[in-house]
Amino acid sequence: MDKSNLSRRGVLKSGALTSAGLALPTIFTAQSAAAFTNDPTGSTVTLGFNVPQTGPYADEGADELRAYQLAVEHINGGGDGGMMNTFSSKALKGSGILGKEVKYVTGDTQTKSDAARASAKSMIEKDGAVMITGGSSSGVAIAVQGLCQEAGVIFMAGLTHSNDTTGKDKKANGFRHFFNAYMSGAALAPVLKSLYGDNRRAYHLTADYTWGWTQEESIKAATEALGWETVNTVKTPLAATDFSSYIAPVLNSGADVLVLNHYGGNMVNSLTNAVQFGLREKQVNGKNFEIVVPLYSRLMAKGAGENVKGIHGSTNWHWSLQDEGSQAFVRSFGTKYGFPPSQAAHTVYCQTLLYADAVERAGSFNPCAVAEALEGFEFDGLGNGKTLYRADDHQCFKDVLVVRGKENPTSEFDLLEVVEVTPAAQVTYDVDHPMFAGGALGSCNPGA
Amino acid sequence: MFGLDKRDTGVLIIVALLALFAPIILNPFPTDSAMAQFNAGYPDLMQKFVIFGIFAIGFNILFGLTGYLSFGHAAFLGIGSYSCVWMFKLLGYNVIPGIFLSILISGLFALLIGFVSLRRSGIYFSILTLAFAQMCFALAYSVLSNPRFNLTNGETGLQVYANDPQWFHRDGLPDLPHLFGLSMRATQKIQVGAWEFQFNAGYYLCALIMLVCFYLAIRIFRSPFGMMLRAVKSNQQRMNYTGLNSRPYTLAAFVISGMYAGLAGGLLSAVDPLAGAERMQWTASGEVVLMTILGGAGTLIGPVLGAGFIKYFENIFSKINDNVLHSWFAFLPDGMEDFMVFIIHPFIGKGWHLTLGILFMLVVIYLPGGLVEGGQRIQGWFRKRGTKTEAKAGKTEPAE
Amino acid sequence: MDALLLQILNGLDKGSAYALIALGLTLIFGTLGVVNFAHGALFMIGAFVAVTLQRVLSLSFETIDPTQKDFLGNPLKVKTPYVESWFGPETGGLIIDWAVPLAILFAIPIMIAVGFIMERGLIKYFYKRPHADQILVTFGLAIVLQEVVKYFYGANPIQTPAPDALNGVANVGAAFGMDIVYPVWRIVYFFFSVIIIAAIFSFLRFTTFGMVVRAGMADRETVGLLGINIDRRFTIMFGVASAVAGLAGVMYTPINPPNYHMGMDFLVLSFVVVVVGGMGSLPGAVLAGFLLGILESFASTTWATTTLPGINQIIIYLVAIAVLLTRPRGLMGLKGVMED
Repeated sequence: MDKSNLSRRGVLKSGALTSAGLALPTIFTAQSAAAFTNDPTGSTVTLGFNVPQTGPYADEGADELRAYQLAVEHINGGGDGGMMNTFSSKALKGSGILGKEVKYVTGDTQTKSDAARASAKSMIEKDGAVMITGGSSSGVAIAVQGLCQEAGVIFMAGLTHSNDTTGKDKKANGFRHFFNAYMSGAALAPVLKSLYGDNRRAYHLTADYTWGWTQEESIKAATEALGWETVNTVKTPLAATDFSSYIAPVLNSGADVLVLNHYGGNMVNSLTNAVQFGLREKQVNGKNFEIVVPLYSRLMAKGAGENVKGIHGSTNWHWSLQDEGSQAFVRSFGTKYGFPPSQAAHTVYCQTLLYADAVERAGSFNPCAVAEALEGFEFDGLGNGKTLYRADDHQCFKDVLVVRGKENPTSEFDLLEVVEVTPAAQVTYDVDHPMFAGGALGSCNPGA
Repeated sequence: MFGLDKRDTGVLIIVALLALFAPIILNPFPTDSAMAQFNAGYPDLMQKFVIFGIFAIGFNILFGLTGYLSFGHAAFLGIGSYSCVWMFKLLGYNVIPGIFLSILISGLFALLIGFVSLRRSGIYFSILTLAFAQMCFALAYSVLSNPRFNLTNGETGLQVYANDPQWFHRDGLPDLPHLFGLSMRATQKIQVGAWEFQFNAGYYLCALIMLVCFYLAIRIFRSPFGMMLRAVKSNQQRMNYTGLNSRPYTLAAFVISGMYAGLAGGLLSAVDPLAGAERMQWTASGEVVLMTILGGAGTLIGPVLGAGFIKYFENIFSKINDNVLHSWFAFLPDGMEDFMVFIIHPFIGKGWHLTLGILFMLVVIYLPGGLVEGGQRIQGWFRKRGTKTEAKAGKTEPAE
Repeated sequence: MDALLLQILNGLDKGSAYALIALGLTLIFGTLGVVNFAHGALFMIGAFVAVTLQRVLSLSFETIDPTQKDFLGNPLKVKTPYVESWFGPETGGLIIDWAVPLAILFAIPIMIAVGFIMERGLIKYFYKRPHADQILVTFGLAIVLQEVVKYFYGANPIQTPAPDALNGVANVGAAFGMDIVYPVWRIVYFFFSVIIIAAIFSFLRFTTFGMVVRAGMADRETVGLLGINIDRRFTIMFGVASAVAGLAGVMYTPINPPNYHMGMDFLVLSFVVVVVGGMGSLPGAVLAGFLLGILESFASTTWATTTLPGINQIIIYLVAIAVLLTRPRGLMGLKGVMED
């Protein structure tokens, strides 16, 4: 485990800088030597991985960090190369980015906007990170995306599912690979129709904050278009741990589908409570009562245990996919860590690769050049089929998976099974779709 | 000087010098050395040091002097932040109106909440303030951010959008918070040998305000009003028997400390124009209590030390990962290296909470008077050994 | 009518957890005069006793099944719990299934021991210190405890289901011709908490030990002067209080999967409950626990949230403020307690 000697760079730098030192007397203006923020001058380039390491999403954050380390290893030419071999763009050669070795710094978002911005700022201001990536909630993603726009670095979002990230809060320096609430609705609706028919009465329980609302709106719109009726939508406090008082009224509401617009700990508890109240065995209006969890994640499904069996939802990616890219990724991740990667791991791995590739193709670390390289970029081989990074809102358009909790899992990782792969065309929407309206991308900011 | 006695002037000058040279003092390690991990001299963290210093100084005026333990001060911080961002949205990015409004609004809230809460004392007071703060948090996080009446922008945090009015915004002004054109983010980097020092405009503005706040706090501590507040702490009943109504004094202290908190919140927005509801959560209120007690409640300099201590941990220790550890112990043989990393691993990175918890306990157990007491003990220890340097040693001694 | 009864039942069920935690908290406060911020952590540790027992019981050996493949395409390693191979799949499965109720047996001694260690090792030194110091040190302890748990068990919730026999729903209203369906385990939890509360009260009421403790709560010095070692009894009461919190945690695991921060989630709430009930008052804590549970349940109804948006988020605090302003020492508080 001998790491390269850090002082090598220091020697070079101190030599060069003693002469240049104190040469910029323009006090109180931003440093004007570089054309953009944190232009990497040495033989290395630093990326900032900002993930939740404490708080309820710490496990997801840990998985993201594993994937980042794997991505860095692959970009630097180590390991088996993973998805770099299946990636349709061949710009990356395994020699770092633009010949510079990739280094990284890590930070803790604590799943709080303030803390996330603080740690992102420390990476930018202190460690000279040229790109920030990560996060496990939409609030954090939007907050950090805004910061990166102001500071003039690229932000490659991690887990963020809210429409707002590439809707009303979209930013020219921010890019999202993950899917969003609208896509969940669009992907789920046809499956729900074929499974449960078009004459259903849905009851929504929604986490009472921005993400919950956008998801409720999306799913409601998609299911009502099928002819479903929405009986009631109830907001639950984010801090709630026991959902029994919200589930109990469902029993006599006449609804026959319960939609849980919850994520993380909220989702685990509300689903557990719903199953406790016998909703899965219940019969209403002569139909089986059904529960839908629009946004699934395997790590959270594990927390809900047996309760997920037979319950449908959507997810960005799942390790059981059989395409070449997914297989390659699962193989190198699984060999290194001993268990399959989560969708969080997949998405941040892709984001890192996409960023590195864009820099390579652009030939520069300048955020504006990188953004230009990513905009409208079409690629394949990263596990979700043919994918487009749309230029107008920096959202990835790709296939969305509809999954179901598996009835007979063979191992502790084998919790979900893919029911349908909804093609990208079906989840694509117009840039000025009302659910995404209200924001402006602005122009890219190179900072400095 | 400024109506302070000699010792207080000394303390003030020392704090002023520390604030002035913080970018240098906090960056003791060369930028590329392995120890650079411990450098704290970058704008964001320095800003946090002084802003939370202000918050803690204000909290100390209430808690340190009167003994009333408020568990809801984060609410004022949040209210201050929101007010400031609203000024950005309506008037433009100049920080002055925002800072003033944040003091004003949080003062009003403090008056209201203080008036109700101060009807009770002891833990009942604590729970009342906690209840108010939690209500503010819950409402700000969800209800007040509904699309029809969006006051707080909920989870995402209140921020300035391109379509906001910003009446006084002109072309040529920075598109970020600024003081009459001087961007809060303007940073002058100066390289001296292997060291790089960052001098940031936002930091110096906050530091200047912190010095003013510190000065005011000294004046309050030394004033008859301050004596009155101490009397409340030592024996409120006896004070009441002598015919003095203590309520106006405690309420005044509460409002003042609420305004300090609001100012801190306003400054947080001024250096980074996004106000999130998490700032108001009970854990944030708890944090300022921890800062004050950790540093030394009732002392002048203690809360600032405590604030620095906690923020340092949050920002520095959470960023140490295994990779960094390996680079530190790279000089050891491989087996030893892995062993050392294995030992330290639980306490850094994702384990920084653990380290912080352990340190809290150690400080409270062994240094009841907080870090200031630790300083005093070290001082006393030196005084015993190094025979006659007493004249100098008195300088950093805190107020109580 | 049915819906109303359902909400009341739900309130009682929610309230039973609040009451149990608050009972222990107020017991510690009433006897030792210590504000214990680590009480939520004790609840959490109790829950993880159940998790641990479940893990220990399902300790498995691996056999390779060449017919199935794991995620890397290698032959799948099938896990069989030792318990199942020793007692046969039937009995073994049953034992694992009943892990949570079994954990009660283990939780009592473990939690009493944890309480003892905490009191003798740390809290003891803080009797004479200001409440602020007690809060800080116990808060630090709570953080340390939860981080240690997180280190070993991760941050995700861990599913610990109730035994199958107690897993379904029951129509509790059937006898009265009503339709009130409620999960069996939650009803079990309610009765369990009633039994614990009754046991604590009778212990304090009807035993000599309890009498001495009550006397000590009223006037510690005098009891000490009578030659009774009140400190030792108070230490034991600390153990009892932590056992109550731990049992509340064990039984709570099937209701919501435990995670390392569940203690913190309950901490603020349980303090509010204790203060609303009156610091140091046992009946007050129980009363306030159930009361707030019911109020919370009613505030979550659609009717309430549409009339006053957000009421479900703030009801507890509104009630706390209202109670404290009208009754200075909470519902059943004693004069002079915790007012300095």
